[in-house]
Amino acid sequence: MRRGWRLWAAALSVYAFLYLPLAVVVVYSFNDSRLNAEWIGFTLRWYEVLLHDREMLLAAGNSLFIALVSSLAATLLGTMAGMAMHRYRIRMLAFMVLTPVAMPEILLGVSLLLFFIQVLNLTLGMLSIVLAHITFSIGFVAVIVRARLAGVEESLFEAARDCGASQWQTFRHITLPLILPAVVAGGLMAFTLSIDDFVITFFTAGVGVQTLPLRIYSMIKIAVTPEVNAVSTLLMLLTLTLIVLASRFAPDALKGKA
Amino acid sequence: MAMLEIKNVTRRFGDFSAVENVSLSIESGEFFTLLGPSGCGKTTILRMLAGFDLPDAGQILLDGKDMVDTPPEKRPVRTVFQNYALFPHMTVAQNVAFPLKMARIPAAVQRKQLQEALEQVHLTDKAAAYPHELSGGQKQRVALARGLVSRPRLLLLDEPLGALDAKLREEMQVDLINLQRDVGITFVFVTHAQVEALALSHRIAVMRAGKVEQVDEPSRLYSAPCNRFVADFIGHINLLDASVLQAAHGHHVHLDIAGLGEVLAPPHVGLASGGKGYFAIRPEQVRIGVHEEVRELKNHFSATVQQFLYRGDVTVYKVRLDNGMVLEALLPNAAPGRARLFEVGDTVSVGWRHDAGVFLVA
Ligand SMILES: Nc1ncnc2c1ncn2[C@@H]1O[C@H](COP(=O)(O)OP(=O)(O)O)[C@@H](O)[C@H]1O
Ligand SMILES: [Mg+2]
Repeated sequence: MRRGWRLWAAALSVYAFLYLPLAVVVVYSFNDSRLNAEWIGFTLRWYEVLLHDREMLLAAGNSLFIALVSSLAATLLGTMAGMAMHRYRIRMLAFMVLTPVAMPEILLGVSLLLFFIQVLNLTLGMLSIVLAHITFSIGFVAVIVRARLAGVEESLFEAARDCGASQWQTFRHITLPLILPAVVAGGLMAFTLSIDDFVITFFTAGVGVQTLPLRIYSMIKIAVTPEVNAVSTLLMLLTLTLIVLASRFAPDALKGKA
Repeated sequence: MAMLEIKNVTRRFGDFSAVENVSLSIESGEFFTLLGPSGCGKTTILRMLAGFDLPDAGQILLDGKDMVDTPPEKRPVRTVFQNYALFPHMTVAQNVAFPLKMARIPAAVQRKQLQEALEQVHLTDKAAAYPHELSGGQKQRVALARGLVSRPRLLLLDEPLGALDAKLREEMQVDLINLQRDVGITFVFVTHAQVEALALSHRIAVMRAGKVEQVDEPSRLYSAPCNRFVADFIGHINLLDASVLQAAHGHHVHLDIAGLGEVLAPPHVGLASGGKGYFAIRPEQVRIGVHEEVRELKNHFSATVQQFLYRGDVTVYKVRLDNGMVLEALLPNAAPGRARLFEVGDTVSVGWRHDAGVFLVA
């Protein structure tokens, strides 16, 4: 029993360490004071300020647009990559797809920046951000899809062809329905990664385009205002929702197996 | 011309020949079985018939047409996979109707054929169930229905009963025989279980290490195996060292069994006097008994009971002949109770008819 108590205490302090800072942000976003110092009273004022902050709204719009486009593209490409990795089992292929996942973000950011400017001669902006986000998301989608495919009985694909299905029909009627949960989970993951990415976006955004994380950062440089707390809270809520959604699909991915 | 011709087919994996120069011809409507120990190349042959694998040499002709350029989805061939390979995200009805859907059969016809197929395997009430809600035997029947629904020319079954328990397996054997007779589709069935092969097949090809050893009807295979491997693989058999005394003498040959003496055996083509080999005889053909009744048989010897195993339907006796060899004999337990007529150590007579057993060239 005593050991059990200690375990609980340890777990509790770890969770506190993880979630207390987040809780502080959420709590102060409702604090009726300009300063993050003491609790004055409850207010929704800072959310109202947000609603009228044109620059913030623009940044949020950009972020959503980038996340949507890049996650859709990454889902498509990542699914194809995951299937290729499963089918061909070439180490080099897996290595190339997965490297961006493990690569330090700062490295990826710098190299993408150089690539866009010096090789592609691209003006940094929306397009370069989207391309960068696709680059680092593909690997995540591919890993999830490949893991799901690894759990699918290989003979199902042969059985489909045996029943007269062409390669395309096999994909449409067998492969896709079976990996769909993983594809959706991967897409949500890519969306989440995109919407709160800072480092890579910072390097590839250029001067014209603001995203939500970039906007928050530039506000913080002046002061951590309650408005920053409010927008962070909203971002947190969105991210959490997406994570819950993505994990909802994961157990589903196993249901079809029995 | 046979419906399915397998001509000198060889399949190598590296230096290893999984299938070596196999030739078989299978008639329309036949229940044909490939029988052999695990790893002898049965699945490899089925995969080449289905189109998942191609021969390195030789030809596969279906209705006279070479199949080499026909991909699996274009062959009029269906497979019942060993692990069933049912689509987990589809209901029983969707699984069974899948080949019809792929063939773009009109919906009304699809419904009719689906209904028929489900009735054939007694699964009408499970049409809306998902595979994970079914028992092993039911999954097996769904796989069968999916294989039969679009009336293929050929149905390939790879150890389809392997995963079922003994009682269910026996039931499914009966169902399979009836089903095959009713639909009239040619079955190529793969198994390593000789009892199953004997019970189900019109003809059996016994395989060993990629080669076909013998192709015959079950009863011929059982009573006249062509060599020691086939004799040993199909059921139990007693093997005695023997040599040919006199090759052809009317309706039988004279053999000399080492240390025992002369016996008469059924005639056999291609035997030469002096040839060495084995005399093979099934345990149920060996009689043991009190001296008079056995002595009426042309081949009889005295022996000592060494051991017996009571198996319910029969008792298996192991008796030691005077030359030191041990023979197995089966005695049916026809009367109620224990039919152990003999005890260990009893001296008995053993014998067999002159038309029983077979001489196998070494
Ligand atoms: N794709 C393959 N690559 C290498 N060896 C294989 C392959 N498929 C089968 N084999 C080998 O060929 C032999 C025959 O296999 P298989 O046809 O599956 O035997 P069976 O079905 O009679 O048990 C086995 O020794 C097996 O290891
Ligand atoms: Mg096999």
